Amino acid sequence: MMNLKRVAAISKKEFIQIKRDPRSLTLALVIPVILLLIFGYGLSLDIDHVRMAVWNQDASSELSRKFLLNFIDSKYFRITKYTDNYRDIEHMIDSGEIMMAMVIPKDFSHYLQSGKQAPLQLLVDGSDSNTATIAMNYVRSVVASYNAVLLVDALDRRGLEPVMAIQSRPRIWFNMGLNSTWFIVPGVLSMIMMIIAALLTSITVAREWERGTMEQLISTPVKAPELIIGKFIPYFTIGFFDLIVGVVMAIFLFGVPFRGNIILLFGLSALFLTGALSQGILISIVGKTQILSSQLAILLTFIPTMLLSGFIYPIFNMPKFVQVVTYFVPASYYIVILRDLFLKGVGISSMWDQALFMCLFAFLMLGLAIRKFKKKVF
Amino acid sequence: MNNSKTAVRVEKLEKKFGDFTAVNRIDFEVKEGEIFGFLGPNGAGKSTTIRMLCGIITPTSGIGTVSGFDIIKEQHSIKENIGYMSQRFSLYDDLTVEENIAFYSGIYKIPQNLRRERAEEVIRLADIEGFRSRLTRTISGGWKQRLALGCALLHKPKIIFLDEPTSGVDPITRANFWGIIKSLAGKGVTVFVTTHYMDEAENCDRMVLIYKGTIIATGTPTEMKTTQMKQEVVEITVANSEDWTDRIKKIPEVKETALFGVNIHAVVYESGKAISAIKKMFDEAGVRGYAVKKIMPSLEDVFVSSIETYDEEHKA
Repeated sequence: MMNLKRVAAISKKEFIQIKRDPRSLTLALVIPVILLLIFGYGLSLDIDHVRMAVWNQDASSELSRKFLLNFIDSKYFRITKYTDNYRDIEHMIDSGEIMMAMVIPKDFSHYLQSGKQAPLQLLVDGSDSNTATIAMNYVRSVVASYNAVLLVDALDRRGLEPVMAIQSRPRIWFNMGLNSTWFIVPGVLSMIMMIIAALLTSITVAREWERGTMEQLISTPVKAPELIIGKFIPYFTIGFFDLIVGVVMAIFLFGVPFRGNIILLFGLSALFLTGALSQGILISIVGKTQILSSQLAILLTFIPTMLLSGFIYPIFNMPKFVQVVTYFVPASYYIVILRDLFLKGVGISSMWDQALFMCLFAFLMLGLAIRKFKKKVF
Repeated sequence: MNNSKTAVRVEKLEKKFGDFTAVNRIDFEVKEGEIFGFLGPNGAGKSTTIRMLCGIITPTSGIGTVSGFDIIKEQHSIKENIGYMSQRFSLYDDLTVEENIAFYSGIYKIPQNLRRERAEEVIRLADIEGFRSRLTRTISGGWKQRLALGCALLHKPKIIFLDEPTSGVDPITRANFWGIIKSLAGKGVTVFVTTHYMDEAENCDRMVLIYKGTIIATGTPTEMKTTQMKQEVVEITVANSEDWTDRIKKIPEVKETALFGVNIHAVVYESGKAISAIKKMFDEAGVRGYAVKKIMPSLEDVFVSSIETYDEEHKA
C-alpha cells in the first residue's frame, strides 16, 4: 500500500524546506515560547488591588474608621485616594483612575449605634462588567463579615449568646490558591499546539501548487497517503518538541504542578496533534494558495480555540447552540485533558470520553485530507 | 525506424473542460526509440495531451496506451515507467541540486545501493557537476532545465515526455539540450517532445502538428515538406527585398509572401506560372540581378500553410 521509502523522502525534503524557511522556523520554534510568555504572564483572571477612592463623611467616628480598616488590610483593595466631594469621584471614575468609590454617610456610626441599618454608597465603573461584579462581591463579603462582628458585639452587650447559623467552610481542591495562572497555562498550551499545527501545515500543500512543484510530483507514482503522511511527520516532530518546551515552561517557569501521568500526557497530545495537523493539511488542500490557506487556518483554529474551547470562558456558561458547536472544537477536549493531568492528576478512566472524541477528530481529518487530495489530483 | 514496437498509441482521444474542447478526438502512434515531435502553437492542446498520456489527467473519451499500459485504468503503472518534465520548472527551488536528485530517487524507490551511482550518472548527463551543492534557485534557467531532465531520468524510464523543454532558454542551451535528447534516443529511449519552435522540429524523427485540438499534419520532416503542402514555395533573391513583398503578394499566382532573412518566400499555387509572373514583374520594373527559384519548403512554411488551410476550411 504505502511505501516507506517515498514517505521518508518526502519527510526529509519537508524538513529541509522548513529548515531553510525563516518564517516556518520562527513559527515553529519562537512563536510558541512568546505566546506562552505573553499569556502566562499577561493574562490573569485574578482581580486584586481594586483601585478605590473613599469619602468618609463620618470621619470623626471610630466606628467608620474601624470599618475602613477592613478594606485597607485587604489585598483585594487599594485605596488610592481619600476625597470629600463627588466631583473628584466622578472625575476619577471617568479617567479610569479608580474602579470604584465608597461613600460612608455622615450618620454611619449614629445609625449603627442606635441599632438601625446604616447605608453605604458604592459607585462602580461598570464598563468592565465582569471585573465590576467581582469587585462588588469582594465588598459584599467584607461587609458581611463586619456585620457578623457587629452582631456578636450587640448580642454580647445584651448578655446573649450568639446563635451560630450556617458557616460555609470551603476546601478548595486541585488549585488551592485559586491561582488563575494554573488554570490558564494548560489552556494556552492547547491553544499554541492547535495554532502552530494548523498554521505550519496550512501552507505545505498550497505551496506545492503555487510554486508548480506539484505538477512534477503528480507525474510520479507517489500516492496520496504517502504524500500526506510524509508531510505530516516533520510537523508532528515540531509539534511534539513545542509540547515538551511548553510543559517544561509551565512546570518550571509558571510553577503549575503536574500531577498526572507523563506517558498519558504524551499519548493524548500525540492524538490531539494528529487531528490538528491533519486539519491544517486539509485546509491547505482546500485552500490551494498559501495566503488563503493560512487565513483559513487562523479563522478555523485560532478563533474557535480562543473563544469556544473553554480556554477562558467556561463552556457550560454558553448558550445551548454554541455549546453544540464546541463539540467540533478539538481543543475543548484537549484543554480538559491538560487541566485534568496538570491539576487533578486523574487517570485515563476520567477522560476516556475526551480521548475518544479527539481520536474521532484525528481520523476524520486525516481521512478527509487524503480523500480530498486524491479527488483533487488523481 | 529500426524498431517497430509501439511506445504510445491513442485513438479518438478527447478532453473537454466544460464546453471547451481542448483535444478533439485525435489519433496517433509513437514507435519505440524515436523522437516524436508534438508541435503546435500555444493553446493548441499540446500540454493537455501530454498530461493525459502521463496519467496526470483522465481523458473525457477515447483510448490509449503508453508503454503498453492503459492511460485510463493503469495510470499508476504509467507513472512508474515514464519520465515527465513539465513546461514550467517544477523542482524545489529551496533544495540544492543534489537534494532534488535525492528526493526524486526516493520518490522513484531507487534502491539505496544504486542511488549514488544513478545520481552521478544524471549529473554527468545533464553536465551539472559544478552546481551539485548550489541551491536550485541560484542556478540559471538552462541548468534548471537540465536538472529537471536529469530528475525525470533517474529511474531509467523507457519513455520520456518533455513539455516545451526549451521554452525561454537561449539558443546555445537549446542546441545542447537537443544534443542530450538525441543521445537518449540513441540509447533506445522514446522521446515525446512538445514545442512551438518550428525550427526544433527538424530534430524529430516523426511529428504531428496539432492546432485547435485537432491534428492537421503528420509525418517525418521530409514527408511534411514534400507531401503535406498543397502549394509550392518560391524563393526570391532581390535587392531591397522588403520593398517587394507586398507587390509580389498582389500577383494572382501568389498566395502569401514572407521575409526569410534577406530573401522572400512566396507560397504559390503553381511554381512554373508564378516564377514567370514574378520575373515578368521584375523585368518590367527594370530590376537587375534578381533570382527566383522553386525551393523545398521549410517546416515553418508547412506549418503556417497547414494552419491557414485549416482556418480557411473551418470558417463559419
